[in-house]
Amino acid sequence: MAQHIVDATGLNCPMPILKAKQALAKMNAKETLRVICTDKGSTKDFIAFCHQTGNILLSNEEKDGQFIFNIEKAA
Amino acid sequence: MTIETPHKNGMTIIASKGTLDWAFPPFIVGSTAAAMGKEVTIFFTFYGLGLLLKDLSGLRVSPQGNPAMPMKMPFGPQWLQKIDFAPKIPNIMWNVPGMELFATSMMKKTMKKNNIATIEELRGVCLEMGVKLIACEMTIGMFGYTREDFIDGIEYAGAATYLDIAQGSNHDLFI
Repeated sequence: MAQHIVDATGLNCPMPILKAKQALAKMNAKETLRVICTDKGSTKDFIAFCHQTGNILLSNEEKDGQFIFNIEKAA
Repeated sequence: MTIETPHKNGMTIIASKGTLDWAFPPFIVGSTAAAMGKEVTIFFTFYGLGLLLKDLSGLRVSPQGNPAMPMKMPFGPQWLQKIDFAPKIPNIMWNVPGMELFATSMMKKTMKKNNIATIEELRGVCLEMGVKLIACEMTIGMFGYTREDFIDGIEYAGAATYLDIAQGSNHDLFI
């Protein structure tokens, strides 16, 4: 289960990424962050974000116009 | 032949434009790069310097000489919001006093409606994430500003400082 949640619903690029980064900065390694957003570009952006930062994108799904990402903070 | 890889994961940006529309790219790219682990420096020079002022209410956008700017109504019925008035309005119209303020106000309404982050907000995130914001000392003198006009947390320097930092950066943008 995700211990940390960022609700970036309604926010546009680049705010979901920035909010996620701010949340990750306060977390410990191996903890999981769940990000919920509605920005249509977010799927590609979160893949790129995790690719660059080394955090692990555990899952990404789209449901009812919402994009939900589960990210494990890198060790 | 060997290609030398930059030793530092840095990004340097020159922000040279000071209109409301051009204020976004340096702060969006800069904050996102910082979030992705890059060491970011933005050097504000000439009109870009205005983006570091405490008071950003002077940021404006003008359709004058900018035919690519769509002019759409941010409110009203859907069919009306879809119409782009830009090709229908002769550019000379934007010379009429007050039109620039009108266009700026429409742009701000459009941004608010679409939940676009404000420049103040993006600039704040940049500072929070450790993006180095440098004001061009030469431009400050030229435009008659004083350091009291600018936000806290920024640095003051010149071209040589920028070049020294850019040396270790593998992304270098002129905006």
